[in-house]
Parts: sequence; structure tokens; C-alpha cells
Amino acid sequence: MNQIDLTHFSLRQIAELLQSKKISSVELTQTFLARIKQYNPNINAYIALDEDKTLAQAQAADARIAAGNVTPLTGIPIAQKDIFCAKGWPTTCGSKMLAEFIAPYDAHVISQFDSAGAVNLGKTNMDEFAMGSSNETSYFGGVKNPWSYDRVPGGSSGGSAAAVAARLCAAATGTDTGGSIRQPASLCGLTGLKPTYGVVSRYGMIAFASSLDQAGPMAKSAEDCALMMNVMAGFDERDSTSLDRAKEDYCKDLHQPLRGLKIGLPKEFFAQGLDANVGKVIEAAISQYKKLGADIIEISLPNTGLSIPVYYVLAPAEASSNLSRYDGVRYGHRSAEYSDLMDMYCKSRAEGFGAEVKRRILIGTYVLSAGYYDAYYLKAQQIRRLIAQDFVEAFKQCDVIMGPAAPSTAFKAGEKVDDPVAMYLQDIYTISTNLAGLPGMSVPAGFAQSDDGKSLPVGLQIIGNYFDEARMLGVAHQYQQVTDWHKQAPNLDMPEGIA
Amino acid sequence: MALSIEDIKKVAHLARIAISDADTSATLTKLTGILGLIEQMQAVDTTGIVPMSHSQNLSQRLRNDVVTKTNLRDEFQKNAPKLGNGSTEPAVADGLYLVPKVIE
Repeated sequence: MNQIDLTHFSLRQIAELLQSKKISSVELTQTFLARIKQYNPNINAYIALDEDKTLAQAQAADARIAAGNVTPLTGIPIAQKDIFCAKGWPTTCGSKMLAEFIAPYDAHVISQFDSAGAVNLGKTNMDEFAMGSSNETSYFGGVKNPWSYDRVPGGSSGGSAAAVAARLCAAATGTDTGGSIRQPASLCGLTGLKPTYGVVSRYGMIAFASSLDQAGPMAKSAEDCALMMNVMAGFDERDSTSLDRAKEDYCKDLHQPLRGLKIGLPKEFFAQGLDANVGKVIEAAISQYKKLGADIIEISLPNTGLSIPVYYVLAPAEASSNLSRYDGVRYGHRSAEYSDLMDMYCKSRAEGFGAEVKRRILIGTYVLSAGYYDAYYLKAQQIRRLIAQDFVEAFKQCDVIMGPAAPSTAFKAGEKVDDPVAMYLQDIYTISTNLAGLPGMSVPAGFAQSDDGKSLPVGLQIIGNYFDEARMLGVAHQYQQVTDWHKQAPNLDMPEGIA
Repeated sequence: MALSIEDIKKVAHLARIAISDADTSATLTKLTGILGLIEQMQAVDTTGIVPMSHSQNLSQRLRNDVVTKTNLRDEFQKNAPKLGNGSTEPAVADGLYLVPKVIE
């Protein structure tokens, strides 16, 4: 069997090969490891690899398969975003602060994959503490977009996105606080889902903004995302905001026909700021949905523009509190030279955090400081309710909402790195769903021409009502039955987009 | 409201982040830009709107008052930082963490 083909297979196809013993998990894992060895030094998608640990898991998976004790993901190599604690693995969150940190326990997500018999292929690069939209804030260097090496993969789950796009894993995990699954999925041409807040446990997932952080799958197709969700989702009492709901089969609506589906297009998502070529791709995708029998209606989410200002109060406020734990006392970076305890704190934090993380801690500290709380934090929480209310009204008129996931295709490395406000606008279409706690996904919808003539991936965003992930995955899956955008893969030896 | 150099220094101190004078002015420029973005909120009338801290209206779950966590102190202390000030030994002794003296 051709090795390249194998890395392009769907999770279901790989599972069939494994369970019919046409290939072993060890062989499959070695195929991916060899590909990682070849391409990762350039792409930098993985920041921790441990062949011994990975192959030991593959061997254990083969033993499980031999014993007939299988789940759909048994033996399948998965890349884990380096925000998840995995026992015995370096877990850095892309930061110098945690460069030496070896996780002493497993995140809930990691133990769910372990129980399913999946193989941990390695830890993927990310923006430092998940703060960024380009993966350029990582202490371990940027990640190259596999479609065009001069571009960013998006962020913060840039390493996971590049790993899936470059077929350096069968599927990956990501986390999304303001768009960190959907924007990189859009920029790298893959399918990514941010579930309803509370569906996937945050236990062992390094905290950024706890009322917004949510983990989800990043994979080649909606069906693959559904299989991943079946492993990742579920109640966990160790996360106080984990929702105690009945176990759900996220594959259950994959084959639901779309006739009569009401799709709402928020006019604010197609206004100024959207790249015209991206807009055309999204319109073509909507036409495809019409052909599948969906009804299209225009809706309004009038407070969309306020989502970025609100987010840049609430997320930094929560981050400034969450990141106060990094004080150089019990773990993480401690300055080599210091006088007293205060000096140790201040130097350790100054040295351990990168520029963007420090900016956000400072913003968060400022908006929470005496005299400003009402003007910023309380005000932001009030507008957060207005934003959530917009969605409540919208879902009275439609079943799902569609629009672009990101305002442009992948931008060049270095282009926005010195302009935080321009970088923040990358998440204009994704942040409102985090504020409302709704599920959102990005689905490959085609390619748009960049200024310098490259064709780069575009993601269609699908936003659903609370707990509508299965329906959204079905809506995406039906589209993927009649299009092949999700099957396109970059040529890693000549990554110039597609002609 | 305009930020000043003094504001940056004060906030950096509150956040326990050492900041050089050169970094202070660069930070002032960037933070002023971000606060400009945030200021858009002030145009919205939010009178009477109940603040939303969470997307799900949950009350805190309660559990029985029993021990659920195992003692992982030795595991955790393997991640202790190096002591510093000339020592590369881990900053732990007798199961405790070592920090500069805070009480004379």
C-alpha cells in the first residue's frame, strides 16, 4: 500500500484497515512519524515528539485490536495541542514559562483518547498560552502554513492545523477561546469544531480565559470531527463548568438530508472588512447549500462589531487572573538572579512571558483595577449579554448560521505581528460565538486568490444553537458529499497553493 | 481615557511584571491602541442589562465532603524551578518550596 495514500485516509477508512488487520497501528504510526521527520523540521507543527512513548501506545493498541477490544479510534495516531497536560510529556503551552514543565497528570481529553486506545503522536505548536491568531507568539517559533510556506497557519491552534493539513497526523485536537480552532482550520483548509461551552472538559487544559475556553477536534472532514467528538465530549466532575448531559453520538445526524434546512446569513458577516475573493467562495458554498435544498434567509447580528472590544476586556481580565499562578515558586520559569520575593516574582514573569501575553495580562490588570471595573469589565459583561441575545433572536428564524470563518486567507508571516489590533480583527467572525457559548465550525469551501496570485484555502463557518453539534456536523457532512474541497491537500515539496 | 507612563508602571507592578523604561513607552503605544478598540463599548447604552459572566446559567455543583484527590506532592515537586542566585538545585527542601526570606 502506498504510504502517502494512507495519510490521506479518513478515520473510518483507517479504522477499517486496522480492525481488519490489513495494517497494524505500529506500521501506521511509523508512517506518520517518518512523514513528521521529513517535513516537521521545516513546518514546525510539532514541538514535542517521543517515539518510544508513541510506539508503546501503538503496540498496546495492536494488542487491544488482537483481543477484539476496539473503539473507532483504537490505534489511530492523533496530534495533541500542547495546551493539554499529558502525563510524562513536556506541556509548554507554547511558552518559555513552561519550557521545562513535564505534566504530572493527564487532561480529561488526553485520558479520553487513552481510554479509546488512540495513539498520542506528539504535542503541537501554538501561540503562547493560546493568545494569538498566527502562531507567531510561540516561544518555539512560528509554524509554516503547508499551503504556502511564507504564510501563517492561523492560531492559536496553528500547529494542530498545519499537522492536519500536511497529513502529519490522522486528526488533531485544538482549543478555541475566540476562534483558535476555526480561524486556523479556515486558513489551512480543514474541518474544525468548537463545541458548546461545557461539552468538553477543561480539566488539565491550561487555562487562558476560563469562561470562553473550549476544546474541540480539527480533522480532514466533518465525519472525522464527529468521531473525535464521540471521544472528547462528556461530563467530567473535575471541571466545575462541565455539563452533565447524556452521552451523545455525534455521528447520528451525518446522513440527515438538508431539504428545508433554514440557513441564516448575518448581513454583518458580509460587510466591510471581508476580502472580496473570500466573499465569493462563501457565496458559492451557500449556492451549493441551496442546491441541497436549504432555504437561505438574511438575518442580523447587530452587535457583532462589539464582540472584539468586549472580548479584549473579558479574555485579558480572565487571563490576568489565571496567569497569576506563574510566579516562579512551584513550577515554571524562575529568574536566575533575584534579590527578594517581589523581585523574584517580577523578574520570573518578565522573563517567562512573551510580549503578547504580557500585553494581555496588563490590559486585564488595568480593566480590573480599582476605579475602572464598572467602565470596562461590567460594561463588557452587559454587552456580552446583548451579543448572546442577538443569537437567541436569530435562532428563532433559522436552524444554522453561515458566513466566513475568517476575513481573509492566510496572511504572510510578520505582516501583523507588530500590530495587535490588526491581528485581533482576524477573529471578527468567530469571537461572538465564544461570548455566547455557542458551537461553531469551519469547513473547507474552496480557494481564493491572494494579492500575489496564490490560491489559498477558505473556510465556511457554521454556527449552531446550543448543543446542536451533531446537526452542524451533518450539515457539513452533506456538503462534503457533493464537494471535494476537504480532500484537497497541499504539495509539501512545492507549496504554492493550488493553480 | 488616555494612559500614561505612570499607569503602565503601576499596572505592571500590580501584575508583578518587571518592565524597563524602554519597554514602558513601547507598551504604552500598544496598550493605547488596544484601549482605543475597547472604547467602542462606551457608545452602547447598557442601562438595566444584567451582566453575563457565563453562557450557561449554572449554579456551582456540590459534592460530598470526602477526599477525592491523591497526594501527588512528590510528582509535582519534580517540576520545581531551579533555586537561582548561583544554585541550580531544585527550589525544594523537606517537601516544601524555597523562596527568599519574607519574615525577618
